[in-house]
Amino acid sequence: MSMEIPYIVEERPDTGLTNGKLGIWLFLASEVMLFGALFSTYIILRMGAPEWPHGELNVWLGMANTFILIGSSVTMVMAWASLKLGDWGKHRLYLLGTFLLSAAFLVNKYFEYASHWAKGELPSHSTFLAIYFTLTGLHGIHILGGMVVMAYFLGPGAKLYKKNPGQFTNRIEYTGLYWHFVDLVWIFLFPVLYLL
Amino acid sequence: MHSDQESIKKTVRAYWMIGAALFVFTAVTVAVNQVHLAVPMAITVALIIATMKGSMVASVFMHLSHERKWIYGALILTVIGFLLVMALPMLTMADHIGTPIHVAAPAAEHAGH
Repeated sequence: MSMEIPYIVEERPDTGLTNGKLGIWLFLASEVMLFGALFSTYIILRMGAPEWPHGELNVWLGMANTFILIGSSVTMVMAWASLKLGDWGKHRLYLLGTFLLSAAFLVNKYFEYASHWAKGELPSHSTFLAIYFTLTGLHGIHILGGMVVMAYFLGPGAKLYKKNPGQFTNRIEYTGLYWHFVDLVWIFLFPVLYLL
Repeated sequence: MHSDQESIKKTVRAYWMIGAALFVFTAVTVAVNQVHLAVPMAITVALIIATMKGSMVASVFMHLSHERKWIYGALILTVIGFLLVMALPMLTMADHIGTPIHVAAPAAEHAGH
């Protein structure tokens, strides 16, 4: 006899939410604190530094990555909306688009990191580079984590749609919430690190 | 179900429009940076635009404009925690550990004799 996990498709009467949705929001709340602590560290380091470097990063590459992540947020929300509209083909297309855009983001980041390393600009080189690599590295790990989840839903995880389309649609919504959060963090990282 | 699909179709248009607005705001952020404003002004402008972009992502893409009160409750607690963390750098300025307190003491002692 197997026991079903309750409230994965229908909403709990007391919270008005599925358990998964409340769970992902609590997880995102903890993520806000994680990145918040690092942004706070950035402020402390910057205020304490006698001088702060400008123009060390490639603004155009950073801007390209911002466009890529914004585009991926649009395709992600469209992947969920397509499921709600019952269009499986478009859902697959948009999810694949999101996956490819996130891969493009990481490829750009690789070239950026490689150019720094070629010039000997490692995290130990300066306070600025230390906080730059920490913040963008942690963000990059989040991108990679999102890609793993998307690859699962493009691959073996897609089978759930036939068995339980409501649960699958909710899972894509939670993935989207995570993905938009990762985009949101980058929206602040870009000006703070590349422009100011 | 039918009305649900109709409302989704309406929001799809909003998703594309918000996406376009985010692209424009990103271009504006970079354009303003090319003007080379004074640092305090540059920080203010960049953070205002980033906050506007972040609000659009949160309210439309993450559906926070019409979410349940439990989500808002969790997020209010998070915002309080986030603001406390952001205020920590100010405490470092108020930290006088290691700063000599009685710098003028030897002079006062001298005057006493």
